[in-house]
Amino acid sequence: MRKQVLLQGNEACVEGALIAGCRFYAGYPITPATEIMEIMARKMPETGGVFIQMEDEIASLGAVIGASLAGMKSMTATSGPGFSLMQEHIGYACMAEVPCVIVDVMRAGPSTGLPTQPSQGDVMQARWGTHGDHPIIALAPSSVYEFFELTVQAFNLSERYRTPVILLVDEVVAHMREGVVLPQKDRLEIEDRLHPTMPPEWYIPYADPGTGVPPMSAFGDGYRYHVTGLYHDVRGYPTVRTDEVEPLIHRLFTKVSKDFDRLQWSDSFETKDARVTVIAYGCVARAALQAVQQARGKGLKVGLLKLKILWPFMRRTIAGILESSAKVLVPELNVGQISREVKRVNQSRCEVVTLNKVDGTPIKPAEILQTLEEIYP
Amino acid sequence: MKETAHLVHDYLRSSKRFPHIWCAGCGIGIFMQALIRVIDREGYSKDDIVLISGIGCSGRLPVYVDFNTLHTTHGRALTFATGIKLANPRLKVITVMGDGDAVAIGGNHFIHAARRNIEITSFILNNNVYGMTGGQSSPTTPPGAVTASSPYGNLEPDFDICRLAEAAGAVFVARSTVYHTRLLERVIGMALNKKGFAAVEVVSQCTTYAGHFLKLKSPVEMMKWQKDNSIPIDKAKDMSDAELEGKIVIGVLVDRERPNFHEQYQRLLAEKSKV
Repeated sequence: MRKQVLLQGNEACVEGALIAGCRFYAGYPITPATEIMEIMARKMPETGGVFIQMEDEIASLGAVIGASLAGMKSMTATSGPGFSLMQEHIGYACMAEVPCVIVDVMRAGPSTGLPTQPSQGDVMQARWGTHGDHPIIALAPSSVYEFFELTVQAFNLSERYRTPVILLVDEVVAHMREGVVLPQKDRLEIEDRLHPTMPPEWYIPYADPGTGVPPMSAFGDGYRYHVTGLYHDVRGYPTVRTDEVEPLIHRLFTKVSKDFDRLQWSDSFETKDARVTVIAYGCVARAALQAVQQARGKGLKVGLLKLKILWPFMRRTIAGILESSAKVLVPELNVGQISREVKRVNQSRCEVVTLNKVDGTPIKPAEILQTLEEIYP
Repeated sequence: MKETAHLVHDYLRSSKRFPHIWCAGCGIGIFMQALIRVIDREGYSKDDIVLISGIGCSGRLPVYVDFNTLHTTHGRALTFATGIKLANPRLKVITVMGDGDAVAIGGNHFIHAARRNIEITSFILNNNVYGMTGGQSSPTTPPGAVTASSPYGNLEPDFDICRLAEAAGAVFVARSTVYHTRLLERVIGMALNKKGFAAVEVVSQCTTYAGHFLKLKSPVEMMKWQKDNSIPIDKAKDMSDAELEGKIVIGVLVDRERPNFHEQYQRLLAEKSKV
């Protein structure tokens, strides 16, 4: 029997990273993400890994990408202002297909904003913050245990698809403490990037092996190749040829989109017969669960769909909810970011109601309950 | 010729489409050749070398050579280099940057890499201009120069890259021009062998843009200018600031010892690691 331990969200994140095999951390201090860095500063040397405090967040993600190219599972953690600075290298990691994990503990913005009140304002920045079209994966935990679990999954997905994976966490989940029972490492599935098995002279670094994800050699392993942020041909060399540019961007998208069915990660509560379904994520999903339970107690047929993955957006799961519910309610700690996606998928099937709060305080169960009662058909 | 053929076949990528993108008369190719010659002479394994660049004309250098090569973002080559060196200290990590790349947009990374004394051999190809974007002024463009972005004359003073590197803590600082190829090869070799952050400023010519505002009409004139205006450090030591105005001081400017980051980190690992 594993013992229950009391952990802070940020501490659980580090536990997840270590179990997933993270051995490189580069970062820059910023509240409310700093605990991750401080614990990593102690843990990395103990586990034979590398910790370095860089001069800014741009440099942090640069070092993380470098370490990943040299074969190490690598991560960084930041908050809104630092996340803005990291956008340049998120795009680079997408284009050069370098696995890495970026934790963004969201605080209210824009700019320096409200340090360090909770927010969910970076959802769209995670999707479109870096320039150009690109696929992205972003996960959103709503409890300390989920922060642990999704950190492990963030590494797995980044290794599987060779893409940066973002953990979008709000300050509430990052700083709260809960009793959790962490699983043993051998009970978890840990994925590693595919390494080339062919002789170096046969290695074509960006050729599609059929899965959309080419095997990745580490610098120093004898497979000398070129990595660039420019559009490149299958050898990694810069190109402007339309017959090479188009297949690359197509592959970058389809390597993730072909697995949309596998990436529908959510938890449902009482959604089967729900006339109104709440769609929520992060700390708001916790308040929503309580509100739904209270509403059920009052005889209202309501349910909750808790999203654990925000990008790629779970079109299929959401479409099912929109089909079966008369109304959906999307409460968020922003002016309406995921609700826009819900409305996009909706196409007038059902009424989408929003509940937004941007004053730096969390949404309370009573506020969701009140809205549910008001809109209940 | 035989030696050149060997260098071409062994170090230039046969799978890469040539010609290269540099203008005729550009100095970057001279530096690339010098770097290859020294690496070959010193006997480094191609598998152990990681050659990293930023963005700009110099940023295109790594793609032509058969090492582990990485073309990063503008100004950030040293950040990627830091991650690679710490993740695999066995690798010989080399960065090639331009002047705008290294000391304008990448200035912060440059001073902190030097301060940490992380073992990276960095080459700054200084052609006094942003070439790739069409000849705008850079932090090393001389005051008064008329460029695409300073049509009424450059109002800013220029940076001395070597003094910046020295002040920030680099343990090896040298300067050569691409005219002085023997000196260039000598300082490349010394920089590669240095166990710490080494910075070599390579004064190079941009005949397409900088030649215009420097009023030097051809690559030959520009390289003659390099020859005529360079003062070896031994001679420069006895000259006044006024006498050195507008001159290029060449040679090894700093060669000192200081604990480097990754050796200190390895010691920390030996002490703390439980695996």
